[in-house]
Amino acid sequence: MSSSRRSTIIVEHLRKQQMWDALAKGKRLDGRDFGEQRPLEIEPNVIKKANGSARVKLGYSEVIAGVKVSTGTPFEGLENKGALIVSAEVLPIASPHVEPGPPDEEVVELARVVDRGIRESEMIDLEQLVLVPGKIVYTIFVDCSVVNVDGNLFDATSYAVVAALLGAKLPILEMQDDKVVDTGNTRDMPITTVPVSITAARIGDYILTDPASEEEACMDARITITTNEEGLCAIQKGFTGSFTADQIKKAVDTARIKGQEVREKLRGLAK
Amino acid sequence: MTQTRNLIDENGKRTDGRTIDQMREVKITVGTVRNADGSAFIEFGKNKIVAAVYGPREVHPKHMALPDRCVLRCRYHMSPFSTDTRKNPAPSRREIEISKVMREALEPALMLEDYPRAAIDVFVEVLQSDGGSRCAGITAASVALADAGINMRDLVAACAAGKVDDQIVLDINDTEDKEGGADLPVAYMPRLEQVTLLQLDGKLSQEQFNECIDKAISGCKMVYDIQRQALMQKYFGNETELKEEVATQ
Repeated sequence: MSSSRRSTIIVEHLRKQQMWDALAKGKRLDGRDFGEQRPLEIEPNVIKKANGSARVKLGYSEVIAGVKVSTGTPFEGLENKGALIVSAEVLPIASPHVEPGPPDEEVVELARVVDRGIRESEMIDLEQLVLVPGKIVYTIFVDCSVVNVDGNLFDATSYAVVAALLGAKLPILEMQDDKVVDTGNTRDMPITTVPVSITAARIGDYILTDPASEEEACMDARITITTNEEGLCAIQKGFTGSFTADQIKKAVDTARIKGQEVREKLRGLAK
Repeated sequence: MTQTRNLIDENGKRTDGRTIDQMREVKITVGTVRNADGSAFIEFGKNKIVAAVYGPREVHPKHMALPDRCVLRCRYHMSPFSTDTRKNPAPSRREIEISKVMREALEPALMLEDYPRAAIDVFVEVLQSDGGSRCAGITAASVALADAGINMRDLVAACAAGKVDDQIVLDINDTEDKEGGADLPVAYMPRLEQVTLLQLDGKLSQEQFNECIDKAISGCKMVYDIQRQALMQKYFGNETELKEEVATQ
């Protein structure tokens, strides 16, 4: 059951007042403009045991994503497509507020929203990942571990997944006498597009791109918008507040412009 | 999602015979669960969903209580017989997510600060599912909250819009959800003009998105009228009588 909760991070009244004073002057506590993202660092192929991987630092939020390729049966109703599964976990090392155990609803939401952005954009051409139609397909797992929490895990995790997939090497498998055999060769993932998620928080009437932890603790509502080169692929409004239709349309504008900047950075890595 | 067949015919009719701007039939009955403090049963197309509200009541376990406001708890659940193939009754990740977004969609409408240290529990049970069960569930839950007499800023009405055959259509059904291009469920407080739930699955251009969200909001306003009528039906009997009463005052 989903239950309202108090924020795990408490921001002092004085600090909150500082934030409001800064916002009234058009600045944020860390000196950023409203539409500005924190420094984004992407390091591809950090885990040699994985078929693809990446470490992403967005401000102090840090996520490692790893791609593992195996084979399995296709999903029901998608018999002629490979399977792509994105998962996410916030590790107990990531913050004093995380406890080991089954994922809570926030982590379930994180994993599902990141997965939705990648899936709905059709980033990977899954039709190329079939070995025996209807029976055996490539199964691509992208597992994400959040190793430090400082807000906006949605974008940090999404970039880690995209970077890991862009740099991943797909083992070329073959069927020999009804058995799957690894040929020992690899090829690039069949990439069709690069989805980029941009999250914004609303605090009062201010819309802030890429909220840090402190800002998330004060926010009224959150919106995550995933775009690709052509348009929108996925959206998730989160948290307990609301938006006007105009605020949403403006957030979409920002997501497209900022998304393009991040996309160029991600594409640059793949080369 | 790649579309395999046409879902809108040459006469502009959809798979269930509707036009692109037509909503499925919506029927809301208030107060169907006798033991609950508030309840509503909604039929939204083929969706059959019951929502029940218990509270404000004591919080168990007690440490979950909040000193300055009420705890809102929400459970969205699908009965095993509600879908084509049997659904495992254990809560799935999808249901966990929907319970969360549903709570977040209802919370802005509720004056939770009026009931400190208490809890309000909202249970939404999908008995038969069609496309758009989260929207129908939110719509029913909001009526059930009003029926329970919880202080509210507005009702929350929900409706989806989507893309089918490259056209923006109102209130997509099960087939259109599975085979169509995009699904955009929206929950909206019409008097406050605030969007409280927004999700998108599928590809839309920016222009299509703007058209889609405006269409979904217009659908929410239609749902809002049905919600109000259902509540008036329960508390004031026939609505026409009410209008006469107001006119004579």
